Amino acid sequence: MKIAVLIKQVPDTWSDRKIDAATKRVDRTKDQVVDEINEKAVEVGLQLKEAQGGEVTVVTMGPSGAIEAIRKTLAMGADDGIHIVDDSFGGSDAMQTSAALAAALKDKGFDLIIAGNESTDGRTAAVPAMLAERLGLSQLTFLRTLEVKDAIASGERMLPNGHAVVSASLPAVVSVTEQIAEARYPNFKGILAAKKKPVESLALSSLALEADRVGGANSWSVVETVTPKPPREGGTIIKDDGSAGKQLAEYLAKANLI
Amino acid sequence: MSKVLVLAEITNGAPAAATAEQLTAAAILGEPCAVVVGKDASKLAPALGKLGATTVYSAEVAGDELLVTPQVAALAAAARDSNASAVIVGSSPDAREAGARLAVRIGGAYQSDVIGLSKDGIVTQQAFGGAFTVTASGKGVQVISLREHSVEGSAPAAAGEVIKLDIASDSTPATKVLSREVATTASARPSLAAADIVVSGGRGLGSKEKFALMEELADTLGAALGASRAAVDAGYCEHNMQVGQTGTTVSPNLYIAVGISGAIQHLAGMQSSKTIVAINKDANSPIFDIADFGVVGDLFEVVPQFIEAVKARKNG
Ligand SMILES: Cc1cc2nc3c(=O)[nH]c(=O)nc-3n(C[C@H](O)[C@H](O)[C@H](O)COP(=O)(O)OP(=O)(O)OC[C@H]3O[C@@H](n4cnc5c(N)ncnc54)[C@H](O)[C@@H]3O)c2cc1C
Ligand SMILES: Nc1ncnc2c1ncn2[C@@H]1O[C@H](COP(=O)(O)O)[C@@H](O)[C@H]1O
Repeated sequence: MKIAVLIKQVPDTWSDRKIDAATKRVDRTKDQVVDEINEKAVEVGLQLKEAQGGEVTVVTMGPSGAIEAIRKTLAMGADDGIHIVDDSFGGSDAMQTSAALAAALKDKGFDLIIAGNESTDGRTAAVPAMLAERLGLSQLTFLRTLEVKDAIASGERMLPNGHAVVSASLPAVVSVTEQIAEARYPNFKGILAAKKKPVESLALSSLALEADRVGGANSWSVVETVTPKPPREGGTIIKDDGSAGKQLAEYLAKANLI
Repeated sequence: MSKVLVLAEITNGAPAAATAEQLTAAAILGEPCAVVVGKDASKLAPALGKLGATTVYSAEVAGDELLVTPQVAALAAAARDSNASAVIVGSSPDAREAGARLAVRIGGAYQSDVIGLSKDGIVTQQAFGGAFTVTASGKGVQVISLREHSVEGSAPAAAGEVIKLDIASDSTPATKVLSREVATTASARPSLAAADIVVSGGRGLGSKEKFALMEELADTLGAALGASRAAVDAGYCEHNMQVGQTGTTVSPNLYIAVGISGAIQHLAGMQSSKTIVAINKDANSPIFDIADFGVVGDLFEVVPQFIEAVKARKNG
């Protein structure tokens, strides 16, 4: 089975994440990590490969530093990588990201493309569905379980109030939620091996995309203004003296909240 | 006036509350029209008209339930017929993904998790859990996924005239929905995204058995029940209940955090709530930095007393 896993490098959620006021883009200059959900997606790909044979290719679109994300997931055990990297891609929206990923993935014969359900920086949760649309593949998204058997993939799709059991034939685009698996840590051997694994670098010129359709200047969604949140006013904090439960009820009743 | 489509969501055979809100939002941008997909879809036209839809595009589907693709086909057909300038979908995974695919199919901006919009088509969103507010415009047909509780008021009632769509020729590779299961605990309570009051429990609850106190609290207030990831990971409750960066984002009128420390990833999903209450025994917990009313104390003493006080008020 030929498996592609889509990984994204994002600002660490523990860091002070910022949107640059001048460019109106996410500041990607420091504290970059592989999005946790994508490590889980890689884990799913590796488990399928271990059980059924095949190859796992990790794919990312991102600045030159995103090679670190590729190396880390190669160290987990992926076989090779594709890095879509070109300055003209900066500021891409979900429409453009999915277009670039589709251009890089099409005709490569992947049976399964595995993504995270939602990135922690953009949080659009749109790229996997858009990719399915662009590549004409069925989508099995928001899965908390995944099974692949006889070229049919199925699993439980998480919904706000429960779940749905879904199924489709391969090739397909899958997206996974946090519950799907715990990601393995790369070991020393894996880290050494990762340095020698092949990574294909794809620039705009090697993709079937027109230059006037990519990047922030041509994005479909255009950020107009960015405003940092004003600091929240300090509230009332009380120490329980044995009547805090009653005091809370009074406070909420006065505010007409209960 | 240009037409604006709304992908109607149906619960128990009637338009969902979110759909009323989406039609209200559509009326800000133009003339609201609904698109409804399902068995007996056109029967919902009168109800959708009452909520403001001038036209109801209905696509009746028979046979296996398919994931998202029939909605995309219906929206695309309706967009063609109506020459719509924008499309509004809800915030569930089904609605969001229908919107995302539609944006690709008809060419337009996909605006995710929108919390406000103005008549010139500028949408408001939040980034990094409310740390930044962003406004954006869109090219092409804007496809807007609207977070619940974002738009107030209602659209004037309209005719709800039915136009039937034929989507039988749609040949997009499809995914079958074999079954849908609603979590038993979730069914009786309002959904997280839609609730006016959300109460969430964290690791401080200590065990699955003790988490039952949160259920009692939720039911006393008629609230939705949420949780921190630590509580979910510890098995106290269902994963769908997770609030936060990688769970549901909520902005209710009242959010009560119980035994939750207030890690940045949790705050990311609730800090735009209008009033925030925190109950935690550690006075240094970051949750107190954003609380309007905080109680430093043992939740197992504070919460039962609070429940009694609320019940006493209701009865008296
Ligand atoms: C990529 C990523 C994504 C994440 N996404 C999410 C997310 O979506 N949502 C989320 O919630 N978290 C998320 N997290 C996890 C987050 O970082 C925290 O670990 C989590 O929110 C902590 O949950 P908690 O506050 O319940 O637990 P803890 O941090 O353990 O806090 C428990 C609190 O309970 C208090 N307490 C204990 N006993 C009592 C008592 N008897 N009475 C009163 N107070 C008591 C303690 O003082 C403490 O403050 C994510 C983490 C990462 C890395
Ligand atoms: N630039 C990117 N490169 C590779 N994969 C991506 C990229 N952006 C999004 N994805 C994939 O799509 C998933 C959902 O992202 P999003 O739609 O941005 O919330 C992510 O978890 C990734 O698997």
